[in-house]
Amino acid sequence: MTDDVAIHTEGLRKSFGRIAAVESLNLTVGRGEVFGLLGPNGSGKTTTIRMLTGLVAPTSGRATVDGVDVSEAPELVRRRIGYMSQRFGLYDDLTAAENIRFYASIYGLRGDARRLRLEELASELGFNERLHQMAGTLSGGWKQRLALACATAHRPRVLFLDEPTAGVDPAARRQFWELIHGFARQGVTILVTTHYMDEAERCGRLAFLSRGHLIAVGTAAEVRAQFSQPSIEDVFIELQRRDEGVTA
Amino acid sequence: MSPLDRLRASTIWPMLWKEFIQMRRDRLTLGMMLGIPAIQLVMFGYAIQTEVRHLPTVVLDESRSSESLALVDQLRNTGSFDIVAYVPDRKALEREIRSGRAMAGVVIPPAFLTDLRRGRTAEAQLIVDAADPLASSAAMSGAVQAGAARSAAILARTAGRGAPPLDVRVRPWYNPGLRSAVYIVPGIIGVLLSVTMILITSMSIVRERERGTLEQLIVTPIDKTSLMLGKIVPFVLVGYVQMTVILLLGRFLFDVPIRGSLPLLYLLTFAFIVASLGLGLFISTAVRSQTQAMQLGFFFLMPNILLSGFMFPREAMPAVAQWIGAVLPLTHFLKVLRGIILKDVGIVELWQPTLVLVFLATLFIVLSVRRFSKRIE
Repeated sequence: MTDDVAIHTEGLRKSFGRIAAVESLNLTVGRGEVFGLLGPNGSGKTTTIRMLTGLVAPTSGRATVDGVDVSEAPELVRRRIGYMSQRFGLYDDLTAAENIRFYASIYGLRGDARRLRLEELASELGFNERLHQMAGTLSGGWKQRLALACATAHRPRVLFLDEPTAGVDPAARRQFWELIHGFARQGVTILVTTHYMDEAERCGRLAFLSRGHLIAVGTAAEVRAQFSQPSIEDVFIELQRRDEGVTA
Repeated sequence: MSPLDRLRASTIWPMLWKEFIQMRRDRLTLGMMLGIPAIQLVMFGYAIQTEVRHLPTVVLDESRSSESLALVDQLRNTGSFDIVAYVPDRKALEREIRSGRAMAGVVIPPAFLTDLRRGRTAEAQLIVDAADPLASSAAMSGAVQAGAARSAAILARTAGRGAPPLDVRVRPWYNPGLRSAVYIVPGIIGVLLSVTMILITSMSIVRERERGTLEQLIVTPIDKTSLMLGKIVPFVLVGYVQMTVILLLGRFLFDVPIRGSLPLLYLLTFAFIVASLGLGLFISTAVRSQTQAMQLGFFFLMPNILLSGFMFPREAMPAVAQWIGAVLPLTHFLKVLRGIILKDVGIVELWQPTLVLVFLATLFIVLSVRRFSKRIE
């Protein structure tokens, strides 16, 4: 495997009983890419991310992240990745700073190294005034930023973001994407799922999932061309129409 | 890396730090954990009285003689009977007992005095409302004792002796006043510790699961043992504070003596607290919601109270009930508690329950760590 591949899957498959959530997924994401994973609800985006982060065991197939096989060495993978779950997963009864300290410590940052990293993250994410506010009282946009800070406290090489901007206002979404591109410029690989089509256009490359199947991969322009649609949003709606057509 | 460095780098430290902050901020839970045991001890300590005294009693005296009066006096002197009324006939006596106004009735037939004088066995009857065996047993044994004492006195008198030929004196050790609080309070320490420790940790993991924080936590390299130990260590302290509160209340409110070594009691309590927390933790890894945890926690409560020997002596239970009791940490802890507090016994007498507690504590924690998986399926 070459060194410029960050995420690689071969025939990755997950079924829950008789229902296949993800079907034979072959995907390669290069180092430093901002890669968007798109698809209607229930298309397998979250299950894919969970398999790549070791939260869900694949039924068959294999996945490597940063060159490490996820099934063989999940703990090694966990040291190198950052993850933001769909639901806000931080502690409401800890302050922002305490949440960051906690996660930084879990990844082995202690003492001065941790203090410096906290200061760095606080200034990068513009967090200084809210450091001592309880996480539970932060607004949606700030919660997302805090989650991003915790997910990147240990400078992960690959970042998994599962619908990071759901329920966040447009201004906060734009700022959040500037942060994402900032990390990408530092060489961090980012796999992000989203429902917002303007965000899809901000990704370097996209993959479309439909009912667990990968049906398109490429830049936004390539995907539009493949489906002969004027925008990614139209591609999305066309796919959803097909999905429902199959159901009916 | 040296072992010391590894310990220093362990993920247990941030986990403990976080748990202590959260515990400190949850004032309501903390208050309940300390306040509820105190309130319950006071409630149970006063309410649970197994010695039944002062049973309201009616008397049907058809003999109306000095001998019948002497017998009634003897009964009254046992302290088990309060004579509330004299009734004219058997119907009235039955009515008093049926209505619940009286719990016992003494019947002394007309022939009582003549039988005695002629050297025949004089019969008297004690009718007891024995629907509640616990309440009536003291009355029944009291009546038998009073009868025996009275006959001995009469025999001695007729035989011309100044004193009865035989006198068996009972010496109740460890609890000379036969007060139930002395026996109950040490048990309550165990029951209350069991309840709070099991219920609190049974919520711990599943609460993080429900709030969505567990998913974020398990994608980190935190190791399972740190996660599990981080969840229980803060509550070891809570357990000790609870025990201290109950011991102090027991000492000063119920006059329960502490005869044995307090340091030994605190040392051995550690194994019990960890075993109870471990059991709760195991429940927490097995359930999917806090509601389930609560239900399962309560499921463990009843056997703890009924089968551990807290309320009923285990010796009287059928084998199956004894086996179930044997896997409950409380059963073994009660021996430690009552042994040290009431009988001043040392580790020599207590090594067996101690070993069982250490074994159970280890078992529950190992099972929890193995049961827990860093996945979310």
